[in-house]
Amino acid sequence: MNEVVDVRLKVFGRKDLLGLQDLHPDEIRLILDTARSFREISERPIKKVPTLRGKTLVNLFYEPSTRTRTSFEIAAKRLSADIININVPQSSIVKGEGLKDTVKTIEAMEASIVVIRHGQAGVPHILAHMVKSSIINAGDGAHEHPTQGLIDMFTILEKKGSLEGLRIVIVGDILHSRVARSNIFGLTKMGAKVCVCGPPTLIPPKVEQLKVEVYYKLEEAIKDADVIMLLRMQLERQCPNLFPTLLEYTKLYGLNKERLRVASQDVLVMHPGPINRGIEITPDVADSHYSVICDQVRNGIAVRMTVLYLLSGNRGRL
Amino acid sequence: MKLLIKGGRVIDPESRLDKVADLLIENGKIKDIIKPDTRNPIPETRIIDGKGKIVTPGLIDMHVHLREPGREDEETIKSGTRAAAKGGFTTICCMPNTSPCMDNHVVVEFVKSRVEKEGVINVIPIGGISKGLDGKELAEIGELVKAGVRAISDDGNPLMDAGMMRRALEYVKGFGIPLISHCEDINLSKDGVMNEGYMSTVLGMRGIPSASEEVMVAREIILAQLTQSQVHIAHVSTKGSVALIRDAKKKGIPITCETCPHYFVLTDEACKDFNTNTKVNPPLRTSEDVQAIKEGLKDGTIDVISTDHAPHADFEKELEYDKAPFGIVGLETALPLIFTELVGKSVLSLSDALSKVTINPALILGIKKGRIKKGFPADITIIDPDLEEVVDVNRFLSKSRNSPFDGWKVKGIPVMTIVKGRIVMEDGKVL
Ligand SMILES: [Zn+2]
Repeated sequence: MNEVVDVRLKVFGRKDLLGLQDLHPDEIRLILDTARSFREISERPIKKVPTLRGKTLVNLFYEPSTRTRTSFEIAAKRLSADIININVPQSSIVKGEGLKDTVKTIEAMEASIVVIRHGQAGVPHILAHMVKSSIINAGDGAHEHPTQGLIDMFTILEKKGSLEGLRIVIVGDILHSRVARSNIFGLTKMGAKVCVCGPPTLIPPKVEQLKVEVYYKLEEAIKDADVIMLLRMQLERQCPNLFPTLLEYTKLYGLNKERLRVASQDVLVMHPGPINRGIEITPDVADSHYSVICDQVRNGIAVRMTVLYLLSGNRGRL
Repeated sequence: MKLLIKGGRVIDPESRLDKVADLLIENGKIKDIIKPDTRNPIPETRIIDGKGKIVTPGLIDMHVHLREPGREDEETIKSGTRAAAKGGFTTICCMPNTSPCMDNHVVVEFVKSRVEKEGVINVIPIGGISKGLDGKELAEIGELVKAGVRAISDDGNPLMDAGMMRRALEYVKGFGIPLISHCEDINLSKDGVMNEGYMSTVLGMRGIPSASEEVMVAREIILAQLTQSQVHIAHVSTKGSVALIRDAKKKGIPITCETCPHYFVLTDEACKDFNTNTKVNPPLRTSEDVQAIKEGLKDGTIDVISTDHAPHADFEKELEYDKAPFGIVGLETALPLIFTELVGKSVLSLSDALSKVTINPALILGIKKGRIKKGFPADITIIDPDLEEVVDVNRFLSKSRNSPFDGWKVKGIPVMTIVKGRIVMEDGKVL
């Protein structure tokens, strides 16, 4: 290693990263601080460091997600890890097949780190108790997607300098969104004012007890907003009668230039992707200078490198 | 064989008897309740030392799933009744959702013959309301009653058709037995897996709103009023249900109800580790609901504590929370939980607590049980109120282990179960 970047002498004392709900603000701060160093590494001509040399990372995806898997894969490669990708298509899961088989798979691979995406809430948590490997939750049902939450927080931090006191509005299907949950848990811990907005049928019950404000009208929600975070509307996931049509959704909640006027002058527009252009957001807004969607993707690699680095028990200098 | 239980604290909730006495049992019946040590030794009598113990009418559990016939890997009549005996129960009612189900007298006869052969305690079958328990056509309830059922229920399968429920209630009135209703509007509960509320929002899991229970409780109350037929609401779990039933009782509507230990001990907080042994239907609710359940037990709105003992195989509970089946086993933990959480924490007096598992279910079912009274069947449970135990699912006599109470420290353990004058359990060992 030829260059030295200082990272705070602190340890991330956990085996797993399962969610942002159980993290202490100091732990989130440690991740976000460390991520800054990794951002610098990704600016270098030679991006690879030997941190995870000889260690195996398994990407275990029960739901297809090329974006998240690729992002973890690039992150792990830059840390010199060996990578195994396992995609388990939903159709191949036999009814009654238990988690025990998954545990056996993980143990057989002797993986240091397992990145898991699963359609059901809690699966990474249960596995974390059962295996020695570090588990990273890459999305469990509608529960959490902690690295996406951290990426979004890092991106906001990068642009705004601080999260404290920012008015951050999450728009769309909050009910089914793990990205929304992780962001709510993380952002409120870091002192941001989080608002959620969407049709009442897509707002989870008692969400205000998580210290968020609830809005049903987009114009009211995004007034003076510092950040607007749009969620992907996924028709296939939604039960019937939660909203009538995507067309009506767009008319009520789609973000366009006109509506954006009431937000803060330097508002950031975010989207965890993949975007339904013309549904959650009009193309002109998605491509405007307000949009930091590309930054989110780029920061994804730095934040995921950070998480891999911290979970493998590293500290101090890179 | 004669038994003399000497010097125990004899409690009979019905007559409000609560005193130290000797209990003489002869020919399967309660022969006498006498002042301690006033009688000369009776020959050929086994003396049981009751000092420091509570002697109560044998416990009755109105709501048990024995799984035989059909799922003998989860429970059998043998293992289920042994678990019940260990838990201090002398009588249990078994729900009809077996495979084949108890919607006809043949299956009832089969269950009875199995009980005769392998059962260690009394078992009263509950028949189906509808054929196949699918809520469409009335079962031959007359035949079921003739075969020995003391209640009817489609438990597990919510009976959604109000017209059908009305006819069932009217029809069953002719037999003088209650209809037990599992109150759940399936259009509201849908594919929910836990209580709908703050916890389901935090955990990102699909919720079952209280309303799915309460709209059906309200319906049953209205139909009970219309038909003047006796409705018993199974496993009440919400504050709203308690309020509805309280009002209905004030109006004199023929309605009774039960709750289960998990609804006064646990809240939906217990789901946060995704332990599938907390997945039960109706789901574990909030602390506000738990409080209301305790109020309902206190003021008599809730008549009965049942277990809803629902055994499930390990391989089924070891699935993702979403995919695991609903249900908790309860026979071997119910009494200690009642003692620890209700009597120990002064929610109920000892006598009131015992009434919910003795005389009250006996009255609802119309059976000559649940009393300590001369001439009554000698179904007796002896409890050591000071004995402490740590719940260990691996020591259950039930074939299944799906209890959320594993590792809990509890106090108030049944030490002897006597059925018709015969000792079937002594110091935790079923004979
Ligand atoms: Zn039921």
